[in-house]
Amino acid sequence: MIVAVAFYVFSAILLGSAAMVVTSRNPVHSVLFLILAFFNAAALFLIAGAEFLAMILVIVYVGAVAVLFLFVVMMLDVDFTALREGFQRYAPVGATVGVVLFFELASVLLGWRMSGDVSAAVLTRLPSHVQNTRAIGQVLYTDYFLLFQLSGLILLVAMIGAIVLTHRGRHTSKRQNITRQQERRVDETLQVVTVRSGAGIRELGLYRPIPVGREPVLAAPATTEVSTIVAQDQ
Amino acid sequence: MRDFFTNNVLGILLLTIAETLAILVPVLIGMAYSTFFERKALAAFQLRRGPNVVGPFGLWQPFADAVKVFTKETIVPAGASRSLFLLAPMLTFVLACLAWAVIPVNDNWAAANINVGILYLFAISSLGVYGIIIAGWASNSKYAFLGAMRSAAQMVSYEVSIGFVLVTVMLCVGSLNLNDVVRAQSHHWFAFTLLFPMFVVFLISMLAETNRAPFDLPEGESELVAGFFVEYSAMSFALFFLGEYTNMIMMSALGSVLFLGGWQAPFGLTFIPGVFWLAAKICVLMFFFFWVRATFPRFRYDQLMRLGWKVFLPLSLLWLVLTAGYLELTGTLPMEAL
Repeated sequence: MIVAVAFYVFSAILLGSAAMVVTSRNPVHSVLFLILAFFNAAALFLIAGAEFLAMILVIVYVGAVAVLFLFVVMMLDVDFTALREGFQRYAPVGATVGVVLFFELASVLLGWRMSGDVSAAVLTRLPSHVQNTRAIGQVLYTDYFLLFQLSGLILLVAMIGAIVLTHRGRHTSKRQNITRQQERRVDETLQVVTVRSGAGIRELGLYRPIPVGREPVLAAPATTEVSTIVAQDQ
Repeated sequence: MRDFFTNNVLGILLLTIAETLAILVPVLIGMAYSTFFERKALAAFQLRRGPNVVGPFGLWQPFADAVKVFTKETIVPAGASRSLFLLAPMLTFVLACLAWAVIPVNDNWAAANINVGILYLFAISSLGVYGIIIAGWASNSKYAFLGAMRSAAQMVSYEVSIGFVLVTVMLCVGSLNLNDVVRAQSHHWFAFTLLFPMFVVFLISMLAETNRAPFDLPEGESELVAGFFVEYSAMSFALFFLGEYTNMIMMSALGSVLFLGGWQAPFGLTFIPGVFWLAAKICVLMFFFFWVRATFPRFRYDQLMRLGWKVFLPLSLLWLVLTAGYLELTGTLPMEAL
């Protein structure tokens, strides 16, 4: 009884939040409702006894994919009045697509008969002592090993492709080379100079060329002798 | 009587509530005193005295702070998205508490001893980022938003290496049940075996995952004022604060369960109950949090990303392969007949 109540509660929230994903005006709210929908789907998996799938759904979709969705959607600056501009012009196209989809769905739903007991339709039943994590592993890494590895490879290639396509090798930003920084020593970096009174950087040999047109303004000669530490450029 | 608690709906409900309270009340008291512990520890590191005015040795300080924070006014900024603004701190706090359901405090003592305990913990900890992102967005403030952006990238990056650490531990245990993980460490704690590098990776990633120093960029008070919770006050701020410390205790508990033998007693001191040992190990890891905070300056953002993706990810991946190879080679791979 409790399981049935839980099933209907989770299903109702799932359908309600899925509807809100489409209808809510603010895209950030849409993504948050999508997350709620994922959660309730995970709960339905749990009720069905597929605990591994439930956890993976939360980890992958809610914990990683939806975070990136939310990340992108928050950065968007959506102007709702601009989105509404072409509404009248495109309304007939939208209506046609809607009608076609409606009839397709209706034809499926009308021919649908409810089966009495869902558990009778299960093809292979797990022995009760086998955890479904282990059962999935047994199938995935034996019978479907090649397909599983191939799909992983395809995803890897897609990821590398996306990185290669979007990566621009700009060298305008200042970068740190951490190994080189850590290899630096005091004697390569600092130079202790005793500055004669009144001597400028030219006489000391520390003068570095300054871009043409920006002549240095020479300060009045110092009267005392100072010891200066000059940092060298790498 | 026993029948009432195992078969009756009301009995099961009462038992569940009692179990929840038995876990959450100590955790919340522990959380209150971990703020006190942190202030005292930091004071000792910096040759100060720390809180010592309220009560003996300042022991009532956490309660004084709580009363102060509860009696203040909750301010919702005018431009904020009100419902989400109030949802975010609750989410953070609830998620931090949810994870405690599967932590085994003694042999077979867990509120929910589920088969996929490790995955459950990983799932819950990967959700923690939502409280922060939603807070950052709903506040409608640029500092909060910058903090949220940083934290989203940071927590997702370090989750990857924590995931590999968990996979390596699962490989050595052969089960996703946390109670089995602790039982597998009855002879050797995993921190002192081949898994030592993964323990180090876990310790550092746990700092990043809880947004603690030196990875506290989402707060970054010297650049972002207070980061994602800049606009929060009173109770809603307190919930973030509670959530952060509860998360720290939770990550310490996870670290002790995965690597320090959970409720297992060291040196054969089994006459002391396991609950005490788990608490002691949690305290050691909590001290590690404060020790690091007192020692290291904050990382710069690019250094943080470099460490996560270019150092920890390859390292943990390599160590996963090495561990699998070692277990296969020595024939110690835990296998159960299907």
